Amino acid sequence: MRSSVIVFPASNCDRDASVALEDITGTKPTMVWHAESTVPDCDLILLPGGFSFGDYLRSGAMAAQSPIMKDVIAKAKSGVPVLGICNGFQVLVESELLPGALMRNRDIKFLCKDVQLKVERNDTIFTSKYDAGEIITIPIAHHDGNYFASEDKLKQLEDEGRVAFRYVNEIGEATPEANPNGSQNNIAGIYSKSMKVLGLMPHPERLISNELGGTDGRGLFESLVEALH
Amino acid sequence: MKDTKMKARITVTLKNGVLDPQGKAIEHALDGLGFQGVDEARQGKLIELDLQDTDKDAAMTRVTEMCEKLLANTVIENYAIELE
Repeated sequence: MRSSVIVFPASNCDRDASVALEDITGTKPTMVWHAESTVPDCDLILLPGGFSFGDYLRSGAMAAQSPIMKDVIAKAKSGVPVLGICNGFQVLVESELLPGALMRNRDIKFLCKDVQLKVERNDTIFTSKYDAGEIITIPIAHHDGNYFASEDKLKQLEDEGRVAFRYVNEIGEATPEANPNGSQNNIAGIYSKSMKVLGLMPHPERLISNELGGTDGRGLFESLVEALH
Repeated sequence: MKDTKMKARITVTLKNGVLDPQGKAIEHALDGLGFQGVDEARQGKLIELDLQDTDKDAAMTRVTEMCEKLLANTVIENYAIELE
């Protein structure tokens, strides 16, 4: 499986993503600088976490205007899977590849901790190695992760089964207490209509070996390998 | 009539109904300082542009496009443009 990781100025999870991809897919990804105009032919494009362009104006707003994003958008529209993690998710909503917006966390603070997520469905290229309804632990590290969409859009996302992950408590309930950042409907990640673009705030690439504290993040990459090898 | 360059002032605010955590914090801080009677605080952004434009209508069209494409996220924000 060939993958490309897009690197923006002040991306800081690009190398973590690269290590995870190389470890799990067996192939080192191509690192693609934001000023390039084309992404090499590949099976997966990953937009990594970080603080691209210092989060100026709005998180992800500047990166969404980077030269490379024209080709990322074109490739996504032609069916190439795209995974946006944290700042990558923010770039995806600013690029309108995914609906909604990611606002300042409800309690204003930067959050850096492990959270429980419920895998809403496992019939997608990103989640086949998990069980539907499985509760996994994945770290979050963000200031602007408070997912917002208009009432209509939110209803559409729910009706179309496009919520990928939800923040939940130990027994899988999406309670206000289990919601770290104020996201509507406890949303931690969503799919595009095609189900081939996934954006999520938590960092699966940070939890891929016991030495890092756990392996719950591996399933996402293993699912991609199975679907795209 | 002499050509004068223009300045655009763009005020970006969160839409009604969109939770504004920073505004809420400001509200609480003002209350904590003893300033009573503030019903609500909302925080926004002010962006100023020095433009080479001399035609007001053309400038308004261009700045509106800038707002739609970059300066505001219309999912959550409104914008107002003043030209002078």
